[in-house]
Amino acid sequence: MTTINSSSRPRLRPRTGPRTSLRTGRTLTYALVIALALAIAVPVAWVLIASLKQRSEFFGSPWTLPESLHFQNYVDAFTDAHMGQYFLTSVLVTLLGLVLVLAVSVPAAYVIARYEFRGRRVVEVALMAGLFVNVNYIVVPIFLMLVDWDRALIDVFPGGFFIDNPAVLSLVYAATSIPFTIYLLTAYFRTIPVEYEEAAALDGASRFRIMTQVMLPMARPAVTTVILFDFLAYWNDFIISLTLLPGDNKTLQVGLLNLFTAQKAAADYGRLYAGMVIVIVPVLLLYAVIQRRLIEGMASGGVKG
Amino acid sequence: MTTLSTPPPGSTNRTSDTAAKEPSTRRSRRGARSASARLGRRRGNTGFVLACLLPALVLFAVFMVYPTMNVFRTSLYTWGGFSPDKDFVGLDNFRQLLDDDQFVRAFQNTVALMVVVTVVTMGMGLFLAAIMTRQRLRGRNLYRFVLYIPNVLSVVVIAAIFSAVYDQDNGLLNGTLRLLSLDGLQQVWLGNQDIVLYSVAIAMVWQSLGYYMVLYMAGMASIPEELYEASALDGASATRQFFSITLPLIWQSLRTTLTFFVMSAVNLSFVLVRAMTGGGPDGSSDVLLNYMYRQAYTNSSYGYGMAIGVVIFAFSFLVSLLVNRATKREPLQF
Repeated sequence: MTTINSSSRPRLRPRTGPRTSLRTGRTLTYALVIALALAIAVPVAWVLIASLKQRSEFFGSPWTLPESLHFQNYVDAFTDAHMGQYFLTSVLVTLLGLVLVLAVSVPAAYVIARYEFRGRRVVEVALMAGLFVNVNYIVVPIFLMLVDWDRALIDVFPGGFFIDNPAVLSLVYAATSIPFTIYLLTAYFRTIPVEYEEAAALDGASRFRIMTQVMLPMARPAVTTVILFDFLAYWNDFIISLTLLPGDNKTLQVGLLNLFTAQKAAADYGRLYAGMVIVIVPVLLLYAVIQRRLIEGMASGGVKG
Repeated sequence: MTTLSTPPPGSTNRTSDTAAKEPSTRRSRRGARSASARLGRRRGNTGFVLACLLPALVLFAVFMVYPTMNVFRTSLYTWGGFSPDKDFVGLDNFRQLLDDDQFVRAFQNTVALMVVVTVVTMGMGLFLAAIMTRQRLRGRNLYRFVLYIPNVLSVVVIAAIFSAVYDQDNGLLNGTLRLLSLDGLQQVWLGNQDIVLYSVAIAMVWQSLGYYMVLYMAGMASIPEELYEASALDGASATRQFFSITLPLIWQSLRTTLTFFVMSAVNLSFVLVRAMTGGGPDGSSDVLLNYMYRQAYTNSSYGYGMAIGVVIFAFSFLVSLLVNRATKREPLQF
């Protein structure tokens, strides 16, 4: 109808056309954005709800609500599927990884940002190149290297030391995130005016004290950003932990992957969804608390997490 | 913008407020340089510098540099990975790749995913970012919050979510189609060789859309409002503004994200395919890194697997380089 109107009375178009098309355009954009947001929220919410369903309820329409709250799924996931134990492993591995990466990266980034020394340029370029080496390429070489070390130390540790060791996994996490961590920290250290350090030096503070008690507190925003991104990387990783922890001591993600594979064979959905909730909820809570900082940190750093 | 007031080198989104801060940071930079010269000239610093630097450098060398060099070196050998026999075969592994149908297929799949996911995600991300910043939607913080959620979820979780969506009998997608009496459109989303790759592509778009939207929003937020006001007075439509103002002015962030797209098409597709389909059915959703992992870890053809790794590495590097060259424009100032 509108097409006839506008074609027969073209002069009216400039007056009414833009306004109505603006309104329909606005409604359309709203509808589109809401549809996309729903496409993301609904599957996530559905998993949360489905984790409380009984086995029989998974057959039939996926849109029914659970008849009762079947918390047994969580008990099964935590005990039978060992998700409780894996949760602990994941927490320990992630925390240790964060401690390690900060312990080695903060001093290195500080020195690169503030000290003039021979080979600084080489170090910077090498670390920059490291940003482009994705861990997926080198996970198998790392695995074989650790196997080699185990073989060399067979007399000392007959059961092997490097493979299947959560602490070694933390170390590998820390090592592979060093380029990214140093890159962000160095950039931030460089923006801090040097007068603070000079004042502290005049007061007789040692270099170590200047670094830990003057500069580190001032770099807190960057340290927080780094912790966030590294936390997500360690907590969400499964390819490294799948490769380096082939034994019983698994991380949460690998445990979930096993549940996922088992479900394909046995159609045991309840346990899988309960396991997923156990994995999702901590991350989602953290995200809700720090989303502003996470998004801003990402936008200003412009790095792929 | 509070976390890092100066974009690190290599980052291309400069925002107006960092531009405003430029003079002061530049001064402090210069200060920092002379100060580092001064600190550097003090005696006995070598010990301190080494103590700070060495732990990080040793870890970096042992767990990143050495394994990376190993990838290149072992690609010239046939080696099972565990056995002591290791034969130097030169470029034989690479020659063999050309006749390997599975490799060719994985290569095609990776390229297809790279193209499809980049075009769709970039188009939708730009569009969303533009309406979120320009139209001032009510509740846009909520939308941003929701759209960014997939980016904090792990790949295993995403794979499991999508297997719930795609499940043949009880999945969300087929269940909804049944509810709407559109039974004819039901598909075996992950079991049909013809569509499994698209199912994977949808999951990849789902995962990364919010991330790119936020990146583009950051770029757009820095474009001065006057440009839009002036062009509106001249009668420019929102579409025209998007193509003549927004797009040229965030061109640099677009270029940066193209590199991210290339890298994530290689890496994200691997972790996702590994968790979701394992490359099946019958290799129809196999991607390069997954094939490499299968050869090197599961199949114990370590040397051959590493040759695949070298090819992927060279390929993604080359594509990034070409894309970067092809999209080079004079940076616009505002």
